[in-house]
Amino acid sequence: MSNSVPLTLHVPEPGCRPGDTPDFSGFEVPVAGETRRPDPLTAPEDIRDLAFSIVRVLDDDGEAKGPWAGTFEKEALLDGLRHMMTLRTFDDRMLRAQRQGKTSFYMQHLGEEAVACAFRLALRDGDMHFPTYRQAGLLIAGGYPLTTMMNQIYSNAADPIKGRQMPIFYSAKDHGFFSLSGNLGTQFVQAVGWGMASAISGDTKIAAAWIGDGSTAETDFHSAMVFASTYKAPVILNIVNNQWAISTFQGIARGNATTFAARGHGFGIPAIRVDGNDYLAVHAVARWAAERARSGHGSTLIEHVTYRSGGHSTSDDPSAYRAKEEGHSWPLGDPIERLKAHLISIDAWSDDRHKQAEAEIQDEVRFAQKEAEANGTLISGPAPSPRDMFEDVYAEMPPHLRAQRQEAGF
Amino acid sequence: MAQLTMIEAIQNAHDLAMERDDRVVVYGEDVGYFGGVFRCTAGLQQKYGTSRCFDAPINESGLIGTGIGMAAYGLRPVVEIQFADYMYPAYDQIVSEAARLRHRSAGDFTCPIVIRMPTGGGIYGGQTHSQSPEALFTHVAGLKVVVPSNPQDAKGLLCAAIEDPDPVIILEPKRLYNGPFDGHHDRPVVPWKKHELGEVNDAYYTTEIGKAAIRREGQDVTVLAYGTMVHVALTAAQETGVDAEVIDLRSLIPLDLETIEVSVKKTGRCVVLHEATKTSGFGAELSAQVQEACFYHLEAPIIRVTGWDTPYPHAQEWDYFPGPARVGAALKSVMKEH
Ligand SMILES: Cc1ncc(C[n+]2csc(CCOP(=O)(O)OP(=O)(O)O)c2C)c(N)n1
Ligand SMILES: [Mg+2]
Repeated sequence: MSNSVPLTLHVPEPGCRPGDTPDFSGFEVPVAGETRRPDPLTAPEDIRDLAFSIVRVLDDDGEAKGPWAGTFEKEALLDGLRHMMTLRTFDDRMLRAQRQGKTSFYMQHLGEEAVACAFRLALRDGDMHFPTYRQAGLLIAGGYPLTTMMNQIYSNAADPIKGRQMPIFYSAKDHGFFSLSGNLGTQFVQAVGWGMASAISGDTKIAAAWIGDGSTAETDFHSAMVFASTYKAPVILNIVNNQWAISTFQGIARGNATTFAARGHGFGIPAIRVDGNDYLAVHAVARWAAERARSGHGSTLIEHVTYRSGGHSTSDDPSAYRAKEEGHSWPLGDPIERLKAHLISIDAWSDDRHKQAEAEIQDEVRFAQKEAEANGTLISGPAPSPRDMFEDVYAEMPPHLRAQRQEAGF
Repeated sequence: MAQLTMIEAIQNAHDLAMERDDRVVVYGEDVGYFGGVFRCTAGLQQKYGTSRCFDAPINESGLIGTGIGMAAYGLRPVVEIQFADYMYPAYDQIVSEAARLRHRSAGDFTCPIVIRMPTGGGIYGGQTHSQSPEALFTHVAGLKVVVPSNPQDAKGLLCAAIEDPDPVIILEPKRLYNGPFDGHHDRPVVPWKKHELGEVNDAYYTTEIGKAAIRREGQDVTVLAYGTMVHVALTAAQETGVDAEVIDLRSLIPLDLETIEVSVKKTGRCVVLHEATKTSGFGAELSAQVQEACFYHLEAPIIRVTGWDTPYPHAQEWDYFPGPARVGAALKSVMKEH
């Protein structure tokens, strides 16, 4: 009866490595506007198809199509474009600042700007995001001052978190931005707790959890799914699938599952995939999930399908593990170019205005940088006082720490 | 003989161990195709194939849990945790499972796993890329814990760990990967190429786990150190002119108490160093052991020089790191006591 064979270990491989020609022909891209938009209160088992499709609004000509379109006024869209352009310019300048030795480290968002920028506008003040290091768009779209972000990046005298954390590990409670941790996945489940707290307290606030494709492998991701499912917690669970986790392609975390979104099904959590490079689609899906959460129907798992066009961080050189041309072949295009084309197609924008906006944003970011550098950089100072290192370990400094601070001479 | 960096020496140890023993499998986050974010496993997948060196999902508990299963099966898994700061999700698997498997099954099952993790500060890594969690392992019965301070030992200790029948944690001071570092962060980086301990035997060899090395002989005070602090201690001795005997412990569990005892009985003084936070750190254990073994030979209280009891900071890294100035001051202060 049995016909055993010598077993072999299955190790998933990406389609393309350095030297190969990128081929995304196996990657199915639904036509914009074709994915259905069910009522946000639909039962999870009736919308399983949404975990395998991709919600897209903007087509190749920049036209907004289908049932997910129309969540935005023209004015708000112009703001959206500006947020994404600001984030890209900000990244560019901070990358350069790092290369000039003004700080130790930086991580950029190149190609993923739409995800956090659009999502932020679907949530309200008072809601809380538990972001990863690649969601500075939440801060920029929420109006957080660029100079304050840079103060943190420079760990300078005006850094709100006093030089304690690496660059980009912001904390901004008033802006709905939870203190960032370097440990992957830990905060995904904390967001669920925050949502549960809102329910326990009878509030109307909701939470948003954020995680990368690679980090969905962490146990904390699964813990979050269990708790969100059990308590129908008012939390939007966001997976940003940018195809890579440092040098590791998304198939290592996903395994043989068809999509990351489909992970929601085992937990009875509705799951939607969205074109993460489509500003309109991200906003529409975020709004859908927010409505669901606010009406007491619990969590939604959203997989934002996008591409990490840049290196993982300033410590990374992706040419060692992925084909240089892969980014250019990525079928979902560039989020800024796509929104720009849409705005031009509805006569709300033009190439000239775009160029002008670019120049204005350059000035704005450069001005912020000057302001921040007047407060110091990591290398040249002024830095936060070493005294600060001993503060906030506890609400009240215990005697042993006071003694150590004295010994340290501060 | 070849002049190697610590990274190259670790890569070489993996390579030779995999070559001579096909039970050795190597995996972790970014360890396969790319060869590790610090390149300690570079080229292994290309040479030995994807079933012996592979990329793993980002799940540290899973990394160690599967490693325990493989070790119990009879393989020799060598697992990399990308930074020691990320080992916490794996802690339950390490403490409750790997450490106790032999004991709870009376040797029916064993766990010859090797868990490598870059440790320590000095790279502006902030609180999540700088920690030294050795005491969290030394406190657990059933684990061996080693900390190499140079390429020669990094290779020999890794080969010994792979041969070892029990779980071994290797904490690799990441600031030493590319050169010895004595805490003078404002001076040019010194490469291993110019250091005698960067000279590494080409052949396979092991460095005994449980044996310390005396890096500098001296008459006045015994300095107990491991990892980066060995280099800080040597520089502090030179700068202060205190005739210190610097012992590189290399292995924390098991501990070479004999070497320590002989030295402290000779010098009558002892300074203990580590980068980790002070309270309940491994220095407390060392200090207690020295006191128990050498009390009547001591001429001064044992002093610890360590990181402060705070999370590892980013901007204030050099106010936190126990550099040569603090170590030098401690050496002088123990010499003042009669
Ligand atoms: C617990 C933990 N393990 C490992 C790391 C090291 N690490 C930092 S980022 C990263 C890759 C994460 O990839 P992904 O989740 O896809 O996010 P992305 O960087 O693509 O936005 C890894 C392995 C970490 N920070 N925390
Ligand atoms: Mg990713």
